[in-house]
Amino acid sequence: MSSLKYLTNGLIKENPIFVLVLGTCPALAVTTSAVNGLGMGAATLFVLLCSNVIISLIKNFIPDKVRIAAFIVIIASFVTIVDLVMNAYSPELYKALGIFIPLIVVNCMILGRAEAFAQKNKVLYAFLDGLGMGLGFTLAITMMGAIREILGNGTIFNIRIFGAEGSTLLLFVLPPGAFITYGFLIAVMNRIRMKYNL
Amino acid sequence: MEYIILIISAILVNNVVLAQFLGICPFLGVSTKIDTSVGMGMAVMFVMTLANLVTYFIYNYLLVPLGIQFMQTITFIFVIAFLVQVVEIILKKSVPALYQALGIYLPLITTNCAVLGTAILAMQKELNLVMSVLYAASIAVGFTLALVLMAGIREQMVLTGNPKGMKGFPITLITAGLLSLAFMGFSGIVK
Amino acid sequence: MAKRLASTLINMVLSLVLISVTMSAALAFVYLKTKDPIEAAAMKKELEAIREVLPEFNSDPVSDMIESNGIVIYPVTQNDESVGYAIKTYTDNGFGGRIELMAGFLPDGTIYGVSVLQHKETPGLGTKMTDPGFREQFIGKNPGNFSLQVKKDGGMVDAITAATISSRAYCDALQRAYNILIQDTSAVTDATTETNE
Repeated sequence: MSSLKYLTNGLIKENPIFVLVLGTCPALAVTTSAVNGLGMGAATLFVLLCSNVIISLIKNFIPDKVRIAAFIVIIASFVTIVDLVMNAYSPELYKALGIFIPLIVVNCMILGRAEAFAQKNKVLYAFLDGLGMGLGFTLAITMMGAIREILGNGTIFNIRIFGAEGSTLLLFVLPPGAFITYGFLIAVMNRIRMKYNL
Repeated sequence: MEYIILIISAILVNNVVLAQFLGICPFLGVSTKIDTSVGMGMAVMFVMTLANLVTYFIYNYLLVPLGIQFMQTITFIFVIAFLVQVVEIILKKSVPALYQALGIYLPLITTNCAVLGTAILAMQKELNLVMSVLYAASIAVGFTLALVLMAGIREQMVLTGNPKGMKGFPITLITAGLLSLAFMGFSGIVK
Repeated sequence: MAKRLASTLINMVLSLVLISVTMSAALAFVYLKTKDPIEAAAMKKELEAIREVLPEFNSDPVSDMIESNGIVIYPVTQNDESVGYAIKTYTDNGFGGRIELMAGFLPDGTIYGVSVLQHKETPGLGTKMTDPGFREQFIGKNPGNFSLQVKKDGGMVDAITAATISSRAYCDALQRAYNILIQDTSAVTDATTETNE
């Protein structure tokens, strides 16, 4: 039971997007559709999970003074792997996410979890923490993508719900819509958390 | 002409923060006061320009001849982390006054995705050396502009009453949305 | 918590080198595994676009391609008879910057089809250039006698409402493709010089 809390921690209480407000760049940039959000989330989840596990595994072999450098090598390597694999097997998504795939490496959330959690905890906990945080991130940005896609395009996962093309609130798929959606989402989350003391 | 288009496009049309969504973390974190915004902006400009200069040589004279362009992300992030350290040490020793002003912002720059992003974008656009450095400087000006504008608004906003749930990040993000909307007016001015 | 390796110089260098070497090896492995699929995926997209803008063909356009001033020409044949040319062209005059088109020309220079490869135009306005409604007015036209300019500029193209800049850019890219076609392919030049003589 106790290990389960490492998993749920990232989902709600310390949700990286809504509560910690980390990894905001991809959350704003690629969430023009639910599919893009999901793809970005999956890529980030993979990197976070792998780096958390590896760092936790080899934590005792990394001298303290060079730990950040070591973390960066490990994270950057997994990012490059995701980059190559996506380019090969999902070129459409790769093009849509563009520069934000290599930029996963500077997603503060990943280095933050390595530093604050993985290097101090058992592999199992590091795995659960990575999974929870990654899922929290994925859920949050998929949600943002879905909201922007519905309002801005009238579709969700490319299935049309309402409105003809061009008759929707285009603002939401444009850059300003990203900021506004994100702002209101955090406000709503704040309200919910205040009400239920989460 | 080519240069002017590059500069205007990087500062206004494709503003790094408000249109490209790079460097959002410092944008939200540091934009509470105008003077800190300027300090952060200068520090970013310093490192970003240097980073583009160095990564240009590394990419074209090391990665390309060896055929290992896929190592780009790893090498670039290292160059940036290394540069930040070097700049910090040099400034501390030789220009203490500047170090006093920029020092606290330097460590934050390693994880500023605008720096890595600009280096990668310059390579993707296949800019030459002069263009690449100019591009980095222009992006940094755009970054500083967005930060200072935001700080000016936030300094005033402290004095207004906001609903409890809207305080902090939410209202800042919505303000940024309005700023971004204003910057959209610039699109199309380069042709 | 187990004891950490002490931060002596040797330990630091060793551990960093070891991590770097291992990770680089892993990367090189993934790189080699994905190299071919990446190339295949990129080619597949180009090929699909070529098929979209030209009649049926059975040659391999990629092996016959010619490059000229950053523009790629894919000559296409069916049973060794020329079907036409697919030209990957671009313009930097779009509202959001560069627009890339694949334009298909029949051997006599008539436009057979156009497909937008890449653009950053405003959603809902400039993006309408990917709609069939806008595209159809070019099909079957020969830029030799069909002026590739919007009507506002004295040409023959109906611009997209509220997206004149995008429409102009589209025409610019097509015109560039046509110019290259005339300049670099013997087929069209031969045809025109013959009729001129």
